[in-house]
Amino acid sequence: MYKKQQCVAMLLAGGQGSRLYTLTEKTAKPAVPFGGKYRIIDFPLSNCVNSRIYTVGVLTQYQPLVLNEYIGNGQPWDLDRMQSGVIVLPPYQGKDGADWYKGTANAIYQNLAFINRYDPDYVLVLGGDHIYKMDYNAMLQNHIKNGADCTIAVLNVTLEEASRFGIMNTDENMKIVEFEEKPKHPKSTNASMGIYIFNKALLEKYLIEDEADPTSSNDFGKNIIPKMLGDGCAMYAYPFEGYWRDVGTIASLWDANMDLIGDKPEFDLSDKKWRIYSRNSALPPQYVGEMAKVSNSLITEGCVIEGIVENSILSSGVIVEKGAYIKDSVIMSGVRVCKDATVNYSIIDENCEIGENCVIGRTRSAGADVTIVGAGLSLPAGCNVPGGEMVNKAWLEGKK
Amino acid sequence: MSATGIIFSNIHDANLPELTRKRTLASVPFGCRYRFIDFALSNMVNSNIFDINVIAHYNYQSLMDHIGSGKDWDLARRSGGVKILPPYITAYANNQNSLYTTRLEALKSVNYILDKITSDYVVLSDCDVVCNVDLQDLIKFHKESGAVLTMAVKNLDLDEKAAEASTIFYSDENARITDVLAFPKKFSGKADVALNISVINTQYLQQIVMDAIAHGYTSMTKDIILKNLETQKYCVYKFDGYFACIRSFADYFKYSMDLISDNFARKSLFNTKNRPIYTKVRNSVPTYFSPDSVVKNSMIADGCRIEGNVENSILFRGVKVSRNATIKNSIIMQDTYIGEGTYINCVISDKNAFVRDGRLLSGTEEQPYFISKGQTL
Repeated sequence: MYKKQQCVAMLLAGGQGSRLYTLTEKTAKPAVPFGGKYRIIDFPLSNCVNSRIYTVGVLTQYQPLVLNEYIGNGQPWDLDRMQSGVIVLPPYQGKDGADWYKGTANAIYQNLAFINRYDPDYVLVLGGDHIYKMDYNAMLQNHIKNGADCTIAVLNVTLEEASRFGIMNTDENMKIVEFEEKPKHPKSTNASMGIYIFNKALLEKYLIEDEADPTSSNDFGKNIIPKMLGDGCAMYAYPFEGYWRDVGTIASLWDANMDLIGDKPEFDLSDKKWRIYSRNSALPPQYVGEMAKVSNSLITEGCVIEGIVENSILSSGVIVEKGAYIKDSVIMSGVRVCKDATVNYSIIDENCEIGENCVIGRTRSAGADVTIVGAGLSLPAGCNVPGGEMVNKAWLEGKK
Repeated sequence: MSATGIIFSNIHDANLPELTRKRTLASVPFGCRYRFIDFALSNMVNSNIFDINVIAHYNYQSLMDHIGSGKDWDLARRSGGVKILPPYITAYANNQNSLYTTRLEALKSVNYILDKITSDYVVLSDCDVVCNVDLQDLIKFHKESGAVLTMAVKNLDLDEKAAEASTIFYSDENARITDVLAFPKKFSGKADVALNISVINTQYLQQIVMDAIAHGYTSMTKDIILKNLETQKYCVYKFDGYFACIRSFADYFKYSMDLISDNFARKSLFNTKNRPIYTKVRNSVPTYFSPDSVVKNSMIADGCRIEGNVENSILFRGVKVSRNATIKNSIIMQDTYIGEGTYINCVISDKNAFVRDGRLLSGTEEQPYFISKGQTL
């Protein structure tokens, strides 16, 4: 028997994140490491728990191994629970055939049985690829107060940016009157954040209808929302204020990481009332050596720093040997930067080894893009990687 | 080879009065983010001992808070797991219900648990012993030697002061114990010193505890081992890894500093393959080093914010070092605030202390200056 839940969260975590290139070659985007000791999915998961929503279905599809393993039984987020908790929902084979998740709406449709077990009044649909702190419960209360059928969280963006988003045009009560997907000439700046609350019964009805429509691309933004609006459903926009970043590109991922450092960082993780939880590895404290110089950087457990680190974020277990120099970079866990190597304006993925005297990337002011080194690569001593390069196995072999 | 663990959480509290005023020795913070008991618990878990009893005595709130359900050591289990055994005193307390002071008395007080142990061996461990030891190897050695009790020892060069706080074992070429010196006076030189970690056959343990209750024995060394050397086979197991036995406040300071000055200590404790040390996860954010910070030869936990100078020091989780502050040769525990322009040398600060701007505090290596828990200076 399952206990009734007021609200069930469905976290869409199946996206490939193809614009992160080699960083998502072996991992789904929500499992991409962020901010030293987190992964992107820690943010929506922690938001759920902090919003007192304890039933979370995580829909996976693309490269789910790391993500599945990371979520595990949900213990780091206190989501290992008797009656609910976090449950990973992969696509499955049914009596009438097997289907991948065709679109966001189809993914939820295929898991209606999961939702119905908890007999919820509301369903919260979330993306798994944004960095933000948000109280979904406040949004739910707003939804209930408005007597809405659907509430969509919106962010006030600039007029120029507005053409990249789905824009919600509202009346003075924040009731949505019009929805425009990536408009050339936006009428307002309320951009959809891809966070929806639906009345469950209505959502179920629309998902079933949508599934029966062969022309539909089974997507919330493209199909469900316009259809509901056309049918005159009560739809409200819920304005969100605060830090929110889409980390779908290399540049935005680097930027968002950098937002964590500084005297008064743009995005503060140390808020005790809204903690971001993550899975911890049992690593010893960091050791900063005699010759080390660390400034304006975030460094975490298991690191051994003997070289120079400036304006950078180092994940767990990073080793920076003597004479090595790291600047403006994001170094993921288990990386070793050997003697006298230089890493500039780069993202180095997990478990790489940067050989002695390597020169990775160029200074930020040189104008090139962020340099990327893919997971698990060993760069031979003296290797030179120009700015903006994307190093993967093929690149390394071509070099030889 | 199944084994059950028993950890004595209070045994040597009196050695560290400053740090055990409000906690058990087991929950004294050590090594940046750990507490003493983390080493004992992790050694057991890493050696597949998942049924652990922690005998508490008094002041054990912080211990219970630290251990919680045991999940951070993988000890939240349906069968086995970690159990805290607080003192058992009946409502009709009389002078016979006084609290124990020795390990044997502690074992007598949990006699009812001992009777229920079904595994073949029991591993007994104190908490003031900081080491990373493979207990499976100890148990294997014990089994092969055919002894009823095996004590882990390490060969150390002792001075008179250290000897007075040590138990020394003499053994023959087959590792069989031939004599024991408990806290000898005027002794110095090389000797096999007890790590206070031992393995004992479960049946034998049950038998000696029953015996101790019947005869009023109080000391394991004097009343059991020394009396039965001829008739029972007791062995020593020689351990050669890093080992710190913290017998005094100066020891606490010295061995903490080992973690930054001695690569062998750090490697042996924290970087032994497949044997990580677990502790309560606090979900701290990564540590922030400001552009003005200068940090040299220090060990730093997560959740700190460093704007000043830190040299040869150990900072626990959530320590804030303000601008122009200088910390040298010091141990600063969890959530302590160090104000602007302060100068600190050879100081041990307990948790949640607050050092106001501009303070000058200095102790010596033999007598570090101590700031107690929650104190404002």
